Amino acid sequence: MFGRLNWAAIPFDQPVVMIASGTVGFVIFCVLALVTIKGWWPYLWREWITSVDHKRIGVMYLLLALLMLVRGFSDAMLMRSQLALAAGHAQGYLPPEHYDQIFSAHGTIMIFFVAMPFVVGLMNFVLPLQLGVRDVAFPVLNSVSFWLTAAGVLLVNASLVVGEFARTGWLAYPPLSEVAYSPGVGVDYYLWSLQISGLGTLLSGINLLTTILKLRAPGMGYRQMPIFCWTALASNLLIVASFPILTATFAMLLLDRYCDFHFFTNDLGGNPMMYINLIWSWGHPEVYILILPAFGVFSEVVATFSGKPLFGRRSMVMATMAICVLSFLVWLHHFFTMGAGADVNGFFGIMTMIIAVPTGVKIFNWLFTLYGGRIRFTVPVYWAIGFMVTFVIGGMTGVLMAIPPADFVLHNSLFLIAHFHNVAIGGVVFGVMAGISYWFPKAFGFTLHERLGKAVFWCWFIGFYLAFMPLYVLGLMGATRRMQHYSNLHWQPLMLVALAGALLILLGIALTGVQLAVSIRQRERNRDVTGDPWNGRTLEWSTPSPPPAWNFSHLPQVDRPDAFWAMKQQRGGAQNRNVKRTYETIHVPRNNPTGFYLAFFAVLLGFSLIWRIWWGTGLGLLGAIVVCLMQAWRTDTEVEVPAEKVAAFERLHGPKESTV
Amino acid sequence: MQASPDRMSPQVIRTPSASAMWLRAISMTSAAMLLASCNEGVLDPHGPVGKAERVILYDSTAIMLAVVIPVIVLTLVFAWWFRARNSQARYRPDWEYSGRIEMIIWSIPALVILFLGGIAWTGSHDLDPPAPLAGSTAPLDIEVISLDWRWLFIYPHEGIASLNRLVVPAGVPLRFRLTSTTVMNSFFVPQLGSQIYTMPNMVTRLNLQADQPGTFEGLSAMFSGDGFSDMRFDLVSMGSEAFKDWVSTTKAHGGVLDTSTVAELIKPAKADGVQTYAQVSEGLFDRISLGSMATVSPQRGQ
Repeated sequence: MFGRLNWAAIPFDQPVVMIASGTVGFVIFCVLALVTIKGWWPYLWREWITSVDHKRIGVMYLLLALLMLVRGFSDAMLMRSQLALAAGHAQGYLPPEHYDQIFSAHGTIMIFFVAMPFVVGLMNFVLPLQLGVRDVAFPVLNSVSFWLTAAGVLLVNASLVVGEFARTGWLAYPPLSEVAYSPGVGVDYYLWSLQISGLGTLLSGINLLTTILKLRAPGMGYRQMPIFCWTALASNLLIVASFPILTATFAMLLLDRYCDFHFFTNDLGGNPMMYINLIWSWGHPEVYILILPAFGVFSEVVATFSGKPLFGRRSMVMATMAICVLSFLVWLHHFFTMGAGADVNGFFGIMTMIIAVPTGVKIFNWLFTLYGGRIRFTVPVYWAIGFMVTFVIGGMTGVLMAIPPADFVLHNSLFLIAHFHNVAIGGVVFGVMAGISYWFPKAFGFTLHERLGKAVFWCWFIGFYLAFMPLYVLGLMGATRRMQHYSNLHWQPLMLVALAGALLILLGIALTGVQLAVSIRQRERNRDVTGDPWNGRTLEWSTPSPPPAWNFSHLPQVDRPDAFWAMKQQRGGAQNRNVKRTYETIHVPRNNPTGFYLAFFAVLLGFSLIWRIWWGTGLGLLGAIVVCLMQAWRTDTEVEVPAEKVAAFERLHGPKESTV
Repeated sequence: MQASPDRMSPQVIRTPSASAMWLRAISMTSAAMLLASCNEGVLDPHGPVGKAERVILYDSTAIMLAVVIPVIVLTLVFAWWFRARNSQARYRPDWEYSGRIEMIIWSIPALVILFLGGIAWTGSHDLDPPAPLAGSTAPLDIEVISLDWRWLFIYPHEGIASLNRLVVPAGVPLRFRLTSTTVMNSFFVPQLGSQIYTMPNMVTRLNLQADQPGTFEGLSAMFSGDGFSDMRFDLVSMGSEAFKDWVSTTKAHGGVLDTSTVAELIKPAKADGVQTYAQVSEGLFDRISLGSMATVSPQRGQ
């Protein structure tokens, strides 16, 4: 009846897991109870769950990512504390079979359910506003993408309580991930949650790509497109090109596991090296999917707060697109030690280094944007400068490891771990944090608390150096990744420093919560009434904060990248841009529950497949198909916003003539 | 009313100096840590491969630091000097292009990469793992098999084998052939240099050498399951005479390594203790690496 699922699947004997999941369950219960008692369900359903507004969906992506950051970071704390203890003969408190799940979950969650939703969320929120349009190309599909990601999140977290997670590392290399070596449901949890959320990501990539290519404000050619949109274009091109590879690779591994195929097995002609090549043909573009939008954020932030246009915009665009193409030509540098031979290794080493050229150009462009500026040291600028300092170090160690003989001694060591955290935290996380504090007032109508924001920055910045500089050294000392304990007592002091760094980052994450709470309490004091709190340059700042569902009451006319800046210059100030105009009826997409229902059936489908509950699989699949068909026959997809309502909104929130 | 950015400014002054201070503190501690790391691991090589790789590590880091350090300093200096409240700094609100600077900022990274690309190309040829090492003495052949979760070393010409302990003569090139009876692992002795994957049904090749007698830690550098952390071994390098003695002692004691012994060895077990075999059945490594023995892919339990 329930396939492999039985009571033994719940780890009652593991206190750490039971306490953690018990606490999480209790918190979820309290939240649900509160929502029910207060009667917030209709509001949540109407305004958020079924919303197809790109701004709401963007915010939900970011909330999901923040939540998963806490989950992924608790895994990090477990690992750091385990390694701080398990020196010499000590075994720490986490046995291998548990520790292996933790590092696998940490990597999987941080990449797929923290970094990706952060970046996709930012793009979702910002793109239509910067492009001067009213929504993304396919608003309902956008909601489907989000909810499929949420379905993946739910499955990954279910593995904590019901069954186990993969013990294979975050990329599940075969043959370790094959049935012969991983007979449990852990790898199935990994595969199905990523298949479901991967579908969401691909749909989101198609959606945003179409939006950039086909929907731009009148007059906005590619040469007038803001730089964040350019980086988002590159990032979404990469999503569309690379995520199908991931899906196909996982599909083959699933066939191996479920139907006794032999794509990657040891026997009957299977070849695990094939998987490793395939997964990295997705995996390397993936890192640029994450970092390019972060570069876009920094470009916007540095230009805005320096009070001047981005230096060398054309170079920046060229560099972005060069990285986009080159990112597909470097995957082999993840396994120089597989014995490919000198010519192949040499080629991929050089290709990898070539990416450092456009990346270096970008750094110089930001540098010369600062030059001659009038820099206001707001929180986003802290993140941007922290990024520039940190990222060049990570870039340097990356180029170092691109030299095959250097990689022969650094591969899979803690040096590698330090390197990719250096670029992932110093690049992606810093970029997302900058983006959040930069666009927060646009989303919610008030700015975030500055001093707390700076405290958060310092915690992350110093915490990062404390946590990962020791790892560089440990890597050089011969410490390898994914070890659960080590015999060399020399390593322990450095491990303790790394733990201290992780604790500091933990404080930073806690302070983010405090910052949000304090900012919400003091929102009246920090209210953004102008819609343009930072003296911005791009179109999103021409809308009220928060913007109406239709974003722009009149679609803006654009003739240069810093369109809003130009408007302000021409009309002598933001407040005068409003000339008495007539308003027209606007059509906005109607709320749609398709995404939520699809996610429900996707979870049912995934969970049933994981546990081999075949009736559930059939039900989930059937339900998903029916939901899709119902959506296909839906005709009433738009709501009319009458001209009077638009006019009334503009009178209330629009730029006021009377304040002159 | 123009949006007022000034309420953000009071904290302006302290920032860059604080971060500069932190940077200095951090670079000093990391220098100290680097010094500490020089006594072990890949920065303390005891063989020609490891030494050549250390040269590459140092040289390329130095080349890159020549650009990276100025960039970090300039970032902090520019940010500091062009702060909003510095009335001496010249504000150029429309400056966004300079052909000369663009030329320079494309050339600097391009030149660095041209240089490092040369190092990468020659380095990957000179230090290609299968390439034989230069040396007057004939190389010693060793066959390496990664098990769940132990290491088996076969000396084909001597007809002996050793479990979890690799004994080699100092100053003699070592020519490895490697395979796995289980999942992938990576054979790595940090103080000798290059690592290489061991893969089932696949033979990889590697050449290393230990210059002096000594004991160097070896490990698997590729996660392979629950027993991975204990998958360590000692590489013991000794003088040629001592090595000959070791070979003859080994030949005199211990059991036989054949199909049935291997069938026992491939069962998952944590690395425990050292063992030697006085006799090895002919062509054992080839049969394992070709997958013609039923050794590969045993089921691991739940």
